[in-house]
Amino acid sequence: MLWAALSLSLGYNATLVTLGASLLGAAAGMAGTFLYLRKNALISDAISHATLPGLGFAFLVAFGFGIDGRQLLILLSGSALSAALGLYFVNWLTRETRLTQDTAIGCVLSVFFAFGVVLLTIIQVIPAGRKAGLESFLLGSTAGMLYSDALLILILSIITALVLFVFLRPIKLVVFDQGYSETLGISVRRVDFIILMVTLAVTVLGMKIVGLILIVALLIIPAVSARFWSERTNIILVTATLFGALSGYIGSAISAVSPGLPTGPIIVLCCFGLFLFSFLFAPKRGVLAVALDHYRFQKAVHLTQGLLSMAAAQPIYEPKTQRLLRRLGYIRADGVATETGKSLAAKTLLNEKRWSYWQEILKESDQLDGQAVFNLMDIETKLTPDQIKSIDQGLALKQGERM
Amino acid sequence: MGSEFVALGLTPVLISAFAGMACALPGNFLVLRKQALIGDAISHVVLPGIVVAYLLTGQVSTWPMMLGAAGAAVISVVLIEMIRRLGRIEYGAAMGVIFTTMFAAGVLLLEQSDTSRVHLDVEHALFGNLETLIWLQSDGWGSLLDPLSLAQLPPQFFRMVIAFFVISAFTYIFWRPLVLISFDEAYARTIGTQATVVGFLLVVLAAMAAVAAFDAVGSIIVIAMILCPPATARLLTNDIKTQVFLSLILALGATLIGYVVAGYLPLWLGYSNTLSAAGMIATVSGLLLASSAIYGRHRKRVI
Repeated sequence: MLWAALSLSLGYNATLVTLGASLLGAAAGMAGTFLYLRKNALISDAISHATLPGLGFAFLVAFGFGIDGRQLLILLSGSALSAALGLYFVNWLTRETRLTQDTAIGCVLSVFFAFGVVLLTIIQVIPAGRKAGLESFLLGSTAGMLYSDALLILILSIITALVLFVFLRPIKLVVFDQGYSETLGISVRRVDFIILMVTLAVTVLGMKIVGLILIVALLIIPAVSARFWSERTNIILVTATLFGALSGYIGSAISAVSPGLPTGPIIVLCCFGLFLFSFLFAPKRGVLAVALDHYRFQKAVHLTQGLLSMAAAQPIYEPKTQRLLRRLGYIRADGVATETGKSLAAKTLLNEKRWSYWQEILKESDQLDGQAVFNLMDIETKLTPDQIKSIDQGLALKQGERM
Repeated sequence: MGSEFVALGLTPVLISAFAGMACALPGNFLVLRKQALIGDAISHVVLPGIVVAYLLTGQVSTWPMMLGAAGAAVISVVLIEMIRRLGRIEYGAAMGVIFTTMFAAGVLLLEQSDTSRVHLDVEHALFGNLETLIWLQSDGWGSLLDPLSLAQLPPQFFRMVIAFFVISAFTYIFWRPLVLISFDEAYARTIGTQATVVGFLLVVLAAMAAVAAFDAVGSIIVIAMILCPPATARLLTNDIKTQVFLSLILALGATLIGYVVAGYLPLWLGYSNTLSAAGMIATVSGLLLASSAIYGRHRKRVI
């Protein structure tokens, strides 16, 4: 069953929904990356909660005009309008008053959502409203989705992705270096506006599939997960897009074969699975990689210090250093240095002397940044033979002066 | 308006008033410390906590659920902090990852388990069930002096009152460090304030208010009450003491106005159904914020 859903052979509607969800996830991953890199991730929370009153209002207005308010396009338009209004209020509060942005976001999201709930209680009184199933927009539901709805979401998602693609270059520039992009004549305000509008579109389109409470996850989690894998904007962007699409794809497939479950939470948990994997296993920034790095560094420090003490014929007391030296065969069980140990100790001492001389030169010419830990590295792999030769000459000269 | 109000209206009003004030009190400091969205996060993660507590005990009773909710709140705070530090992710994004995931897990658990017998669903968690908190044993205003019928008040009432007084006591006792860490944490540290401890206690207190208020009034009102009254008060005064008192008054006012509008406005207009009281209370608090953002004396940033 799940395989059938994953291979898109579970009927026309399910296929459309799965495609729509994947595309939506991709668009959300992309838009979310820009939000995240602009340090604005949680604004999506305000946008998504602010859709609710528009949803209710659109239904009521349509009902007043005698149109069937369940028309998806009408509902989505209403939601988009009220989300835009909410966004405007967040910006207005942040700009015009001394409240900080997070306060503005929290106030707008709670008040808008609350007003939406009030509207929902009105709608429930209307006989047509009880059947409207507006609650399904809270947590997303693809069960019983109409063909036209799925198609609408698919088309709008494609358009959103296209818009993002067209403006990719200026957006990337602003995200990467705001000052530089300003000198190129790119309006940062306009780019931020585009990012927010695309976010809004993703949110509104995601309401039916993921639900308005959890669409935030699709905007934040893929971007955060992708950040673990690279330092380059391009790679982060592609990874986030992929993660978003994958979550939408797997999540909607799972929910297609388990109709009782709301779609949104399943998609969110798929997102989180990808996050957890990135958090733990990503190279360099992942938790395991960081721990391993730390372990290696510790080992290198212990080893260098131990070998230096051996070269200076000082006793070693630190048990960890002793264990390390013994395991590598540099000292015998009774603490006496072996031949390999002796030669390596001499080499380490030379390395250390060369580095400290180099550091002095750097300090004199004001080039030392005080950050790098030189003496853990093999100088012969870091500097050219000419440089090392001049260092050795300098060292010999110093030696001569002392004698 | 006599005995009928005491039976049907009095307890919801009192409960939401205490809930609003209990939330607004820690909210004052959260707003100043730029931790405004922590209330949002907590009110989302309370759901899985309650669901797990229900699954473990098999019944909807107060204390296991409170414990479950509080446990989930603490776990989420720890997880957010862990992800932020280990993954080197900024606070807002780490919060976004955790609260959405935990909420999603809560919803799925809820849908998977058989909760049809009991009053436990997602909408209840969001909107609360203020309207059901009635005091049927009452018999007019006189019941307020009758210990027997007082004991029959909904348990949410006592819980909320206790929570409010605990939070007030904490605020009173820790007033100085709270003010210090809210305005200048670095300075607070240099003069020996345990900023980390007090900051954590503040979050725990906010969580306590959210958890206690949650099943009575729902999570929307919690977020709205943590933020809107303090934000409104912040635009009206420069003095922190005045701000805190104002926020309490505003929370109370929003509750009373919101409740009356939701419960009685439709009746006066000739409709028979009432509106969501929790939603209306939060909406009124938002309107109060909007008016203070337009007219407030101290609304502008001081440069």
